[in-house]
Amino acid sequence: MSIKGKAYIAGIYEHPTRLATDKTVPQLHAESARGALEDAGLTKNDIDGYFCAAGDMTGLGQLSMADYLGLKTRHIDSTDVGGSSYLLQVGHAAEAIALGKCSIALITLAGRPRAEGMATGTQPRAPERPMPESGFELPYAPATANMYAMAAMRHMHQYGTTSEQLAWIKVAASHHAQHNPHAMLRDVVTVEDVVNSPMIADPLHRLDCCVISDGGGAIIMTTPEIAKSLKRPLVKVIGSGEAPKHQMGGKVDLTYSGAVWSGPLAFAEAGVKPSDIKYASIYDSFTITVLMQLEDLGFCEKGQGGRFVSDGNLIAGVGKLPFNTDGGGLCNNHPSNRGGLTKVLEAVRQLRGEAHPAVQVKNCSIALAHGTGGSLGTRHAAATVIMERE
Amino acid sequence: MAQTQQPAQQQQRKIAAPPINPETQPFWDASGQGKLLYKKCAACGEPHFFPRPHCPFCFSDKVEWQEASGRGTIYTYSVMRRAPVPYAIAYVTLAEGPTMMTNIVDCDLDSIKIGQPVRLLFKPSDGGPPVPMFTPA
Repeated sequence: MSIKGKAYIAGIYEHPTRLATDKTVPQLHAESARGALEDAGLTKNDIDGYFCAAGDMTGLGQLSMADYLGLKTRHIDSTDVGGSSYLLQVGHAAEAIALGKCSIALITLAGRPRAEGMATGTQPRAPERPMPESGFELPYAPATANMYAMAAMRHMHQYGTTSEQLAWIKVAASHHAQHNPHAMLRDVVTVEDVVNSPMIADPLHRLDCCVISDGGGAIIMTTPEIAKSLKRPLVKVIGSGEAPKHQMGGKVDLTYSGAVWSGPLAFAEAGVKPSDIKYASIYDSFTITVLMQLEDLGFCEKGQGGRFVSDGNLIAGVGKLPFNTDGGGLCNNHPSNRGGLTKVLEAVRQLRGEAHPAVQVKNCSIALAHGTGGSLGTRHAAATVIMERE
Repeated sequence: MAQTQQPAQQQQRKIAAPPINPETQPFWDASGQGKLLYKKCAACGEPHFFPRPHCPFCFSDKVEWQEASGRGTIYTYSVMRRAPVPYAIAYVTLAEGPTMMTNIVDCDLDSIKIGQPVRLLFKPSDGGPPVPMFTPA
């Protein structure tokens, strides 16, 4: 049993807002859903499966969203593992569609941390209710930035990775973002700009961190039959994989991510290998996130990520592996502090041939989207989705 | 005394009190007595951290509290610069095996290094028990 070729991405939408002072989070969900429906050529009442991460709304948020949107569905999924949730949901929607549990699935994401003045990366945050590990972490003030920073510090120690190599990831993202009119940061930056930006949490500088933005997005997935009846280019899911990684009872190893497990699952299902991937959307909460995921997905050998990303190797039209051609989380947006959904959107644009002409990958037949939800420094869920143009 | 030599700013950071539950009460009681505990499985022999009432390796419930020697080495760390008072978060690998999240305190934050030997000490938390931390040995 496989999902390969059994579900298509028929509609996508990225909310253009980056500062939603005058809108509510549910409204951003709804506007994103409308945009994806219009893109697909479908209507709200066609939806029979709804995927909404629990953390995008408080409490039983997904039920409230179904109520607010006026949905009548026969399949619901509130999988929430942080920023990669939407990549898992693409896999789960493909499974549900393959099994006939739904035929038109909607995935939405929205949030407004910027309007709410959230210090996403630097402010330690306690969960609403204590988790099993809380007593052994909260006193030490883990924020987001210093958790990823500890992974970067260990990678540098173990493999000789440098700040300049990490900086190349941001440089590549900025080269792409200059062509995206919606991107928060459109100025092209240099390696020097990155390493000379203020230190946030050693060894990560300000420009090693993603933006804090408002916004949202949505995806419509459907059966092969319905997809072929619509007017959009055909993009199908051919493989997915997901895997959690944690502290392993105290056998902590921050040099790799759960991509070492989710990647092979997705590649095996798709029947392709890393060298077949023409374009990759790689979750870029921080530059180190990209570097480790590229290694763990097999785009280069473990420890060689620094060399791999250097000298523009991730820049479209320049390097071997064009990545995040929308500017990614590092430059474009990171709605709701969650970058998984936008990773799928740009991969679909590339496969459709609808990316900005300056960054469109020629003959983009197979693309990968991958994300890390949670924290590289403690617990996270890796998710990999491989898509193909038909 | 090392206490008087540390930069004044390090004394100002409020340490959040750990949430305590019946599983972890013995750990925090021991902290109050200056002892760092971890758990060891009597079935498979594996030590683990953070402590829980089952072994995360073999899932036996025959787990026993053990007292750590307080010696360890820094596995990784990061100094948070964007905080009212900069601080060093770290993972320290205990001499007994498990690696735990902690802070490195009472030292020049710019002198911290991976692989550095450290020793246990306790710092008061804000309305809770003292919390195990480490300083260069």
